[in-house]
Amino acid sequence: MSKPYVTILGKAVRAAARLRGSGSALPGLVVERIDPNFIKDTLASLPHGVVVISGTNGKTTTTKMVVELLESQGLKVFTNRSGSNFTRGVAAALLGEIDMKGNLDADIAVLELDEAHAVHFVRTIPPRYSLILNVMRDQLDRFGEIDATADMLRAITVSTTEAVVLNREDERIASLKNSLIDQKVHYFGLSHDLLATFPSDDNMRGGAKRSNTTPANVILTKFTGDSATFWMNDKEVTTPLKLTGIYNVFNAAAALALVLAIVGDKVNHKALIAALAEVTPAFGRGETLMIDGKPLELVLVKNPSGFRLGLKSFSPAGYATMIAINDNYADGRDMSWLWDVEFDSLRPDGVAKVAGIRAYDMALRLQYDEVPIAHVEKDLVKALRRFIDENKDQPKRIYCTYTAMLALRRELGKMTKVEPIG
Amino acid sequence: MSQQSITILQLYPKDMNIYGDFGNVLVLQRRLEWYGYGVKLLAYNPGDNFPADVDIIVGGGGQDSGQGVIQTDLLLIGPHLKELANAGVPMLMICGLYQLFGKFFKTASGEVIPGIGLFNIETYGKSERLIGNIVTTSDEFGEIIGYENHSGQTFLAHGVKPLGHVILGAGNNMSDATEGARYRNVIGSYLHGSLLPKNPAIADFLVEKAVTKKYGDFSTDVIDDQFATLARQVATKRPR
Repeated sequence: MSKPYVTILGKAVRAAARLRGSGSALPGLVVERIDPNFIKDTLASLPHGVVVISGTNGKTTTTKMVVELLESQGLKVFTNRSGSNFTRGVAAALLGEIDMKGNLDADIAVLELDEAHAVHFVRTIPPRYSLILNVMRDQLDRFGEIDATADMLRAITVSTTEAVVLNREDERIASLKNSLIDQKVHYFGLSHDLLATFPSDDNMRGGAKRSNTTPANVILTKFTGDSATFWMNDKEVTTPLKLTGIYNVFNAAAALALVLAIVGDKVNHKALIAALAEVTPAFGRGETLMIDGKPLELVLVKNPSGFRLGLKSFSPAGYATMIAINDNYADGRDMSWLWDVEFDSLRPDGVAKVAGIRAYDMALRLQYDEVPIAHVEKDLVKALRRFIDENKDQPKRIYCTYTAMLALRRELGKMTKVEPIG
Repeated sequence: MSQQSITILQLYPKDMNIYGDFGNVLVLQRRLEWYGYGVKLLAYNPGDNFPADVDIIVGGGGQDSGQGVIQTDLLLIGPHLKELANAGVPMLMICGLYQLFGKFFKTASGEVIPGIGLFNIETYGKSERLIGNIVTTSDEFGEIIGYENHSGQTFLAHGVKPLGHVILGAGNNMSDATEGARYRNVIGSYLHGSLLPKNPAIADFLVEKAVTKKYGDFSTDVIDDQFATLARQVATKRPR
C-alpha cells in the first residue's frame, strides 16, 4: 500500500480514536497491520537518527527531559510523548507529526520503549544512541525474571550503533558494557552520599551496598529538594529544578549524559541548564493539580523500588494520603510487590483512603505495618470524591498504579484542568 | 516473668527474596507480637554460622543466579535442616527453596542441581512458565490463595502429601493438580502473594507449632483478619 494512503488512513483512525477518547495506541495498531515498514521508512530519513530510552522506572519523565534538553540545543525532536511506549504507540505518535505525504519534519527521534517491545523494535530499527536507566522488579508476571529483563536491555545496547548511556549504580545495567564492542559507553551516576538513599532490589534486604568506581560522565552530587548539583564535563553545576523526587532528579543526570553524548563538544551549557531548570515531571509522576485551591499530587507507583522512592521523596506530614491499587494487566496482576515496600513512614499520619480493585490487599499490607487506615473503598470514583470532600483544607497526595491513575485523572478532569495524556 | 520469645530465621534473604517473600516473615513477626510474644529475627546467608536456637525457618524464591549462589551452602546445612524438621521445627519454603528442599532440580538444558531431599519430590525445568492467580484447597487450611510464577514443574513421590489441590491455576505441574508439599511441620509451596498475609490459617499453624514446641502451650488473642478475608474474596474472582 502506498505511503500517503497509509498515512491518511492512520490519521483518520487517530482522529476517530481521539473523538472516542480511547487509548493512544489504536491508530498505530491499524497502521502497523497495514504497513509494517511504516515506522522504519519514516525514521530512516532523520539526520541525527533514533534514540531509544528504556529501563524499568522513569522512562516517561526522562524521555520528556531529553526532548526538552535537545530542543534547547536547537534540534527539532520527534518523540512518542504519550507514554504509550509500545511500537504501535510510536506509530501512533508518528501519525500525529507527519505531513500528508508521510514526511517527518525532525532532526532526531527520541523514543521511550518498554523493554520487551524495544527488543523487537531495535531488530528493525537499530538506534544510534540508547539510554538504559535501570532494571527493577516490575511486572515479573509478564517478563518472568529480572535477569531475563536485563537480557532484553542488553539486546538494545548491542543493536545501538554509536553510543550507549548506562546507569553506573545499577549493577546489572553497568555490566551491559561487557557485551559491547564498537559502541562508545557513557555513564551517569550518584555521589557516594546520595547512593545511600537509593535502594536497589538486590540490596533491599540486607545485601551490601556496592560503590562503583568507574568514572561517570554526569554525576548527581547534591539534591536539596528544589535544587540539584551535577558534576559534568569536569565542573559542578547547580541549578534550581521544578522536578520533585530524587528519582526524577537522578534521571535528569541520565538525560544530561545522553544529551552530552549526542551533542558532544558543541553543547551550549547555558541553554542546557536553563532548559533543565524548567522541566516538569511527566503526567502522574509527581504531577500536581489544584483542587479547591489545594494541591493534589499524583504519584505513579508500579513496582517496589518506585513505591519506596516515592514514599522517601515526599513527606506525608500535613498531607492527606490516598493509595489506589489496581491489578489490571498494565498494573501487573501479582500483589507480591506491595510486600517489598515499607510503609512505616505513613504510620504517624495514617492513610485517609485505600482504593482500587486490590484495595483490601493494600489495606492488609498497611495493617501489617501498623499504619492506621481511615477508610477502604474499592470504587475509585467514590473513594476520590470522598477523599477530596473530607480533606478540603489539606494538600493531598495519591499513590496509584497505572490504570488507577488513568481512572483518577479522568475523574479529576471533571473538576479541574488536567493535561491530556496524548 | 520475662516475655516468651520466638526466633524466626530467614534462609538466604540476600539471594532468595524475590516476589515479596519478606511479607511472610513480616506476617509471622506481627502475629506473634499481636499474640503477645517477643520476636527475634535472624538471617542466614551463605557461609554464616547456623544459629543454635531457631523456632521457625522461612525461605523464599530467587533468580536462577541467586539459586546458583546458595546451592553449595544449602547442601552443607541440609543434614542439619533435616534434623530440625524431624524435631518438629515449623518451616515455610516458597518457590526456589521449595524446589531445592526436594531431591533435585533438572534444568531444561539437562543440568541436575541436587537438593537436600527433605521432600521426596523432583523438579524439572520447562520452557513454559506457569504464571497467574491460583486457588487451591486443603483439609488442613481450607482455601489457599496466592500467585504462582515458576518454570520448574514439581512431581511428588508416591505418598508425599501435597499442601493443596488446585481449583484455579497450575500448581506443582501441569498434570496432577497438586500444589506444594508437606512433611511434618514443613510446608513447601509455589505460592507468592505473599502467601501468609492472605492465608492467616497457614501463618497461625507455623506460629502455633513453634510456640507449643518451645513453651508447651499457646495463648491466642483474636486477631482482626477482616482485611485478609476481603482480600481473599477479591483475589478468587480476579483473572488468572
